[in-house]
Amino acid sequence: MTDLPQGRYVDDAPYDPNADREALERPDLDAPNWLLIWRKFRRHRLGLISGIFLAFSYLMLPFWGFVAPYTPNERNADHLYGPPQMVRLFHDGKLIGPFIYPMTAEADLENFRWIYTSDYENPAKLEFFCTRGRYNFLGFIPTQRHLFCAPEGATVFLWGADRLGRDVFSRILYGAQLSLTVGLIGITVSFLLGISIGGIAGYFGGGVDWFVQRVIEVLRSIPELPLWLALSAAVPSHWSPVAVFFIISIILGLLDWPGLARAVRSKFLALREEEFVRAAEMMGAKPSRIIRKHLLPNFSSHLIASAMLSIPAMILGETALSFLGLGLRAPAVSWGVMLNDAQNLASIEIYPWTAIPMLPVIFVVLAFNFLGDAMRDSLDPYSHH
Amino acid sequence: MDKAPLLQVRDLSIGFGKGTPIISNISFNVAAGETVALVGESGSGKTVTCKAILRILSANAKIHSGTVIFNPGDGELELISMPERKLRELRGDQISMIFQEPMHSLSPLHRIGAQVSEVLCLHRGHRKKSAKKLVLEKFERVGFPDPERVYRSYPFELSGGMRQRAMIAMAMIAKPDLLIADEPTTALDVTTQAQILSLIKDLQAETGMAVILVTHDLGVVANTADRVVVMRNGRIMEAGSVAEILDHPKHGYTKKLIDAAPAIPHEAEPSRARQIDDPILQLENVSKSFDLRGGMFSKRGEVVRAVQGVDITVERGKTFAVVGESGSGKSTCAKIALGAASPDPGGVIRFWPAKSAPPLEVQSLDPTAKRAFQRQAQMVFQDPYGSLSPRMQVIDILTEPLEIHEIGTRSERRDRAVELLEQVDLDPAMLRRFPHAFSGGQRQRLSIARALALEPKLLVCDEPTSALDLSVQMQVLELLEDIRETLGLSYLFISHDLAVVSRIANEVAVMRRGQIVEQAAPDILFSAPKHPYTKALIAACLEPSVEQKIDLDAVAIGAGDPETWPEEFAFQASEVPPLTETEPGHLVRIQI
Repeated sequence: MTDLPQGRYVDDAPYDPNADREALERPDLDAPNWLLIWRKFRRHRLGLISGIFLAFSYLMLPFWGFVAPYTPNERNADHLYGPPQMVRLFHDGKLIGPFIYPMTAEADLENFRWIYTSDYENPAKLEFFCTRGRYNFLGFIPTQRHLFCAPEGATVFLWGADRLGRDVFSRILYGAQLSLTVGLIGITVSFLLGISIGGIAGYFGGGVDWFVQRVIEVLRSIPELPLWLALSAAVPSHWSPVAVFFIISIILGLLDWPGLARAVRSKFLALREEEFVRAAEMMGAKPSRIIRKHLLPNFSSHLIASAMLSIPAMILGETALSFLGLGLRAPAVSWGVMLNDAQNLASIEIYPWTAIPMLPVIFVVLAFNFLGDAMRDSLDPYSHH
Repeated sequence: MDKAPLLQVRDLSIGFGKGTPIISNISFNVAAGETVALVGESGSGKTVTCKAILRILSANAKIHSGTVIFNPGDGELELISMPERKLRELRGDQISMIFQEPMHSLSPLHRIGAQVSEVLCLHRGHRKKSAKKLVLEKFERVGFPDPERVYRSYPFELSGGMRQRAMIAMAMIAKPDLLIADEPTTALDVTTQAQILSLIKDLQAETGMAVILVTHDLGVVANTADRVVVMRNGRIMEAGSVAEILDHPKHGYTKKLIDAAPAIPHEAEPSRARQIDDPILQLENVSKSFDLRGGMFSKRGEVVRAVQGVDITVERGKTFAVVGESGSGKSTCAKIALGAASPDPGGVIRFWPAKSAPPLEVQSLDPTAKRAFQRQAQMVFQDPYGSLSPRMQVIDILTEPLEIHEIGTRSERRDRAVELLEQVDLDPAMLRRFPHAFSGGQRQRLSIARALALEPKLLVCDEPTSALDLSVQMQVLELLEDIRETLGLSYLFISHDLAVVSRIANEVAVMRRGQIVEQAAPDILFSAPKHPYTKALIAACLEPSVEQKIDLDAVAIGAGDPETWPEEFAFQASEVPPLTETEPGHLVRIQI
């Protein structure tokens, strides 16, 4: 530092006039896209946890049959509305490994309810890799092997049993298989429609755009729930549960696309004005190439984020339909179907565990929202400073 | 120093999060009534410094150390540690600020009058009525011809220059002791800039307030400031009086900045006729009108004539520049020249692929012929950030034109990309990187490299340097000059900056509201301008020398409507005088 008279000041640090030219302006951004996305995503703790939770939930779907101690429709007539049982480790102050106290039911004829008493004298040790009800491992290997199950004469209802004595815990695991995938199929349908229709409207503009916009507005003005009801009521009742499942997810997708189409259209319009798109046009690129190479890669991030935010709506939609008895039907198991049992206010009051299937719905929907938010934030890593 | 300075900034350091500070050990003083200019390029930390004084930094910026002492004459106030509530009383009252983009700093939902009188109601306890009287007076003072109308207007109803005047009125209404102006004229046209700067200066002389002027433009500094603080990467490089810094810069960076500022020639060679034997591009009688779609309450079918009867001939191997302010139609001309927009019927664009080859008529090419034409004529865009796709690696960006035209194999394209990078002085190691981290100058070089990929004969450059810092701007101009020589290119160069144009062009046309008003070789045009509008542009063009002073009268005369120009130039909308050759090679739109 040099201070000269009259307030003159000159910095002494060495200075290379040509350094600027080689220097990167934002060295922190000098990385491939995925790395930038990851770096930013990592900072969203909630999103990260949600992502791990969801990845775990989806990856485990084929294995739930093995984890569940019971098969979904296995009845236990002696334990109707059985309360949740705790897995314990210590009996009489001694470690004897995981066990449960067996329960016996008694009808309370005064109040017309079941009263369960635990037998605290005879702990029943859990069995591992035991054979019980038959199911298809990974969906196609018939087996009877379960991760754990109750010994003969005892039950293991971790989250209680429902009105027919079926294990709520096992049914939630099985229900996840349908409830979680309904969103994926629905979003695929909604995506195909939304991207193509929104893309057409955005790219061609003019009359096509006007028409699509009006159709979307009309569709969005129809009250959603009655429309769902009408469409699902049209599903023939003799169809198999699997067919019903597919048709329900497609219905959900058919009603979801307008929002996505709108997002795609506006993004398309905005991107088309970008200079790099104009540059490609001036190089002589054809529309199909511009869409493929310039438009789609630049809003794919946007699309993924909106997909993440749309799946919860699908899951909630399925739950709502099944809850009303218009979606999936028994013997199919989904969270909505299970909640159908919880429609009776009195039974929730007496047997609150029948409403437990709400918890996975809440957790999954929240997780998708957190994840979607985090992704939307991080997928454009260079847009913010 | 006999009196304590109005503002003392001592050892100010600011950082984002835990990272290295973006501002380190900044110290400077502002005496009452003086103008201190903070000069620097983008990223130098000049705006952050100003925001720190008022403590309006973004939430993630932390002031690590330093003091800011404000002394309006009745005791010292330390602003960094002052409670928020007391600071609020100071803001807008004793210290006020003007921002770069007046559209963003005025609320779009409130009338301008209400926004300005709010300051008085808050700080002076005025009632609406008494405030209005003062506001109207102030509006008149900042040069609004009809203060009542402005008082009732919303920000979007005013032009950029008018909005900035309103901002100034708002900043001045409480008679502050210190005005912080953050690039107040950067978003404005040069003629408006000249008027706004003189307005600030006049107001300062009247009220005796001090001004901190943040700018990147040494021309602005020379014309307004008393003292200069040169900043770079968050550090002060040099500080001193304007005359000292501009005439005897001591630091290398200051020297570089001053050298980089292009100047307008003041001397001309004798005028000579312009004869073109070998044209490459010709625009003949090109007009373009847009239909404004009528809103619900406006008349339908209003037509805007963006370009009116433009005739341009670009000579092979030379640079033809079109200069004008925003809305002059120069960018539309560029698009029409490349066939990206079609002219109104009657306009013809001719392109000669080689000397005395039959010309192509660009406006009526079929798609195949147009693709062939696009191989020979390419465009360089203005925005170095928007013109490169963020999802593509450098190699993909550079080989894309080759892929589109199916030229070469993969490895040949790759070799070509390396060659292109070398041509624009970039490191071939960049090939596999994404452009995110590159500076504006590096991006603009990439953009130029991409335009060169197809070995075009003509480049249309649409403000290729106006988004760049001054020193980088110089490098890019040099590059453009070099490749013109080595590759035998011809340029149609669009710019708003006379100094840039005077350096690179062989022939300059000045456009205003869709019409060319004057055309000549740059030395003739700039040393002996004939048209009042050209004179205004030149008068408003600020050079980094202390001697030059803005000739506001010239600016005011030329920047007005055509009806107000001196008699021989004036015209009504319907009867436009022809472009006449007054001297050999010098065309002026003038009545004969």
